[in-house]
Amino acid sequence: MVSLTHYLALGAIVFVIGAAGVLMRRNAIIILMSIELMLNSVNITLVGFSRQWGDMTGQVFAIFIITVAAAEAAVGLAILVSLNRDRTALNVDEVNLLKW
Amino acid sequence: MIAELIAAFLKIALVLGTISLVVAYLTYLERKIIGHIQMRMGPMRVGWHGLLQPIADGLKLFLKEDIIPSKADKIVFVIAPIMVLVPAFVVYSVLPFDENFYITQVNVGLFLVLAVSSLGVFGIVMAGWASNSKYSLLGAFRSAAQMLSYEIFLGFSLIGPLMLAGSLNFQNIVRAQADVWFIFYQPLAFIVFFIAALAETNRIPFDLPEAETELVAGFHTEYSGMKFAFFFLAEYANIMAVSTVGIAVFFGGWGGIDAIPLPGIVWYLMKMAVMIFVFIWIRATLPRYRYDQLMRVGWKFMFPLAILNIFVTGLVKFLFL
Amino acid sequence: MELLFFYMFSAGIIGASLLMVTRANVIHAALLLVLTFFFMSGIFILAGAEFLAVVQVLLYAGGIMVLYLFSIMLMNVEVSVRLRQYHRQSFFAVAASLILIFEVWTVLGRGGSYPAFKGFSWQLGATPGNVEALGSVLYTKYLFPFEVASILLLAAMIGAIVLAKRTIDR
Repeated sequence: MVSLTHYLALGAIVFVIGAAGVLMRRNAIIILMSIELMLNSVNITLVGFSRQWGDMTGQVFAIFIITVAAAEAAVGLAILVSLNRDRTALNVDEVNLLKW
Repeated sequence: MIAELIAAFLKIALVLGTISLVVAYLTYLERKIIGHIQMRMGPMRVGWHGLLQPIADGLKLFLKEDIIPSKADKIVFVIAPIMVLVPAFVVYSVLPFDENFYITQVNVGLFLVLAVSSLGVFGIVMAGWASNSKYSLLGAFRSAAQMLSYEIFLGFSLIGPLMLAGSLNFQNIVRAQADVWFIFYQPLAFIVFFIAALAETNRIPFDLPEAETELVAGFHTEYSGMKFAFFFLAEYANIMAVSTVGIAVFFGGWGGIDAIPLPGIVWYLMKMAVMIFVFIWIRATLPRYRYDQLMRVGWKFMFPLAILNIFVTGLVKFLFL
Repeated sequence: MELLFFYMFSAGIIGASLLMVTRANVIHAALLLVLTFFFMSGIFILAGAEFLAVVQVLLYAGGIMVLYLFSIMLMNVEVSVRLRQYHRQSFFAVAASLILIFEVWTVLGRGGSYPAFKGFSWQLGATPGNVEALGSVLYTKYLFPFEVASILLLAAMIGAIVLAKRTIDR
């Protein structure tokens, strides 16, 4: 029997993997993708809660999170594309001027 | 439990086997029909009127050397054709063929078909990128932009009929059309759906991803042998899947005229034959769109039309039903 | 049976996401992320959220990740494969992650027991189904957040166009 704890543990593990990706990697695209992973891990916990209480609110919020993730991906990638115009490698520790 | 599993496997095997065979013969049909439209005979040599041509073609593709370019990304290059083929076949798991003949029916059937068929673009993009060739990459670019755009219209055009049926389950959608087919209520939606379906399956006049006069063969330029055959199979399997969706949503699925008692599957196959003939007919008739024309038609003409259709359907349903 | 599938999907998610954060090649990372999303939609189906599972495949795998792949191909990323992949702070990052997972693990271990899951209303036969249940909640109770989300998407769309547009030569 799958319990709520299973969902929460899975969500936590995936969240930490995503967080480690964000903190460790230099490549900006992979950092963005790790953020997507973190957002998704929250979806897992929300769906787990929704299942536990037989309530739809968790799933509704998961849909909102997907919406936010889509918006984040669009703007983030647009920033990276415009950043890519004047430097080839997208390494976050090189982009430290706060201007271009 | 075990009997159910065996029945499920038999059904899956039957559907997949039939599709693979029919897909092979679709290539023959296409060559024959286009041949006759252009006052030629089409394939005539292998068997009576070329009837064994698909088998000969299949054998040839199977025996050919399978080339992987030395600069290609090998893993992605090998996975890409599979990524195109698998979604094309997975879609059939929820499509309705008859009142009691389907592999499974799920609550989110139509939506599932849209979701799974949107994955086909991955295989194309992967193929284009992994080949490490400029023609392939250009083809993949075009394909990604085109399929992403037209997916939206495909989805939006289906919302109107969905509102009338009040369900995403294919069996319920078809049952809702027992009296009147949705094509009569939703002609606009069908036009948008059909154009988007042509674009989603990369058919002429929207075959920009593989435009042979500009890009050699687009995303599958570097493919040969069985991998090339996979792309081909997927294209025809997609045509049949999209026709089935169109038949189920707009033409009443397995339903027919009450005066002529025929089994549902026969009605379905007849409608399917007509749909596929129209697909091939269009290929023989129309020239290819230019890239900017493709985008303009999509976003400035079909998108507003689809939104208008949803709006009017909602208004009518709110006021009169 | 359910537990078996849960563990299969979980192993898939964890394996694919670990590979994803360690790949040097961005395209490989993106494809592994797609795989992760597939397994996640499997988890959602197990949890009785069919609509969400399909949305996951349609929007994440079919929409957002294609956008990623498309942008990655627009950028010249082959250079960065040969560069150093990890940040200088990665030792602290790993340490922080381990601490975080340890904390969560402790909290989960201490948690009390919950009443067992009985089933959603549609699984018990009270309402039509998952899609209907989700729709009726989304368009009544959460109508305002829903509209706000649409504004957010519009803002993101305009922002993306403005940012990614080439400046016109005067």
